[in-house]
Amino acid sequence: MIQPYHLTKQEKQEKLLKSLTELTDYHMENSAPYRAMIDKSGGFNQPSLLEDIPYLPVQLFKLMELKSVESEKVVKVLTSSGTTGQQVSKIYLDKETAAAQTKVLVDVMKPILGAKRMPMIILDTKSVLKDRRSFSARGAGILGFSTFGRKHFYALNDDMTIDWQGIEQFLAQHTGSKILLFGFTFMVWKYVYQEAVKSGQTFDFGDSVLIHGGGWKKLQDEAVSADTFKEELHRQLGIRRVHNYYGMVEQVGSIFVECSYGHLHTPSYADIMIRDPITFQPLPQGQQGLIQVMSELPKSYPGHSLLTEDLGTILGEDDCLCGWKGKYFSVSGRIPKAELRGCSDTFAFDRKGR
Amino acid sequence: MCKGVVKLNEQKLKLIFSEALEIDPEIINDELAYNSIAEWDSIAHMALVAEIDDQFDIMLDTDDVLDMSSFSKAKEILTKYDITFE
Repeated sequence: MIQPYHLTKQEKQEKLLKSLTELTDYHMENSAPYRAMIDKSGGFNQPSLLEDIPYLPVQLFKLMELKSVESEKVVKVLTSSGTTGQQVSKIYLDKETAAAQTKVLVDVMKPILGAKRMPMIILDTKSVLKDRRSFSARGAGILGFSTFGRKHFYALNDDMTIDWQGIEQFLAQHTGSKILLFGFTFMVWKYVYQEAVKSGQTFDFGDSVLIHGGGWKKLQDEAVSADTFKEELHRQLGIRRVHNYYGMVEQVGSIFVECSYGHLHTPSYADIMIRDPITFQPLPQGQQGLIQVMSELPKSYPGHSLLTEDLGTILGEDDCLCGWKGKYFSVSGRIPKAELRGCSDTFAFDRKGR
Repeated sequence: MCKGVVKLNEQKLKLIFSEALEIDPEIINDELAYNSIAEWDSIAHMALVAEIDDQFDIMLDTDDVLDMSSFSKAKEILTKYDITFE
């Protein structure tokens, strides 16, 4: 059995129901705004089903400072990427939650990346990590995955141009070793792949594996599918293995990574649920709706159960051909803004109650 | 292994810590822990691991990178790679 993809539906339901109930109790005790919101929406009674665990809309972290630890205990603040002018989420981490995130990320990725660190090319700029106390989603992702790498090489210059010569040297130095590539989906496409096409660069990254995440929205606008992405990266750059992941700064660590069959999987630490965008009722397998993410990790902030703005579909549970247990699913994009505003009344809460 | 080398390894590791974390070697003792001082954060940790790899000519496993949560833990992990301390 491959950990952490080893629990069957029944086992996982029991484990998560217990831990998420405890977390809900914990956050109600330690975050007054969280308690006020839960109380206002009917309170929290010991649930018998995972779907009864209350959830917050993920956008709430952009509007409110939500944390369940004293400010002195915060060691790191994560922020969502957000374009200029947009409000960003703020996620407060204490030592314990930060350590749990790093540990679980390693656990979740190990079945794909193994225990040996690989020479690593980061398809991003080093300047992302300039501020050491506060990380963007990009910085958090890079740092988290850096654990799997050694001899880290940042392939993009500060002006987002790519250092082909540096890559060439790096590959020459590490001929014969498996190379780990990491980057954000859109940036890999725009600043690496498209640049390679433009300048006629063809490469052979050899025995390499690319891990990428951060969402498809911009690529969908350009009508690039997951299959095209993989095929093109193989053709142009010789990247043979590509694994996408679905994750967010509000739930770092327990991410959902693609198996060898291209399905996103829920590890034993986390689960998803699909909800109807209008009624918020849970939807069965095969139906598209809003993705709710649940994770055992968020302890320093009440982010253990969140309703995202992403649309997805559960493809199955415990029976993926890759052999991993748990739900597997696909993400099909983000809910259009208009619809979101339409149902945002549901999320209204009394801000005076803080 | 003779006592001299054992002592040297401790000094060598101290020097690596002080250079990678940019801290005074005086404050390095067995209890020095990850995230207990501002200088030893997740970014500095990567630099520290890279220096240890290079200077001792080893390749730490992913799990060991995570487990290296204090100076004494670092010594304990390094003994797995046949580097001896007192």
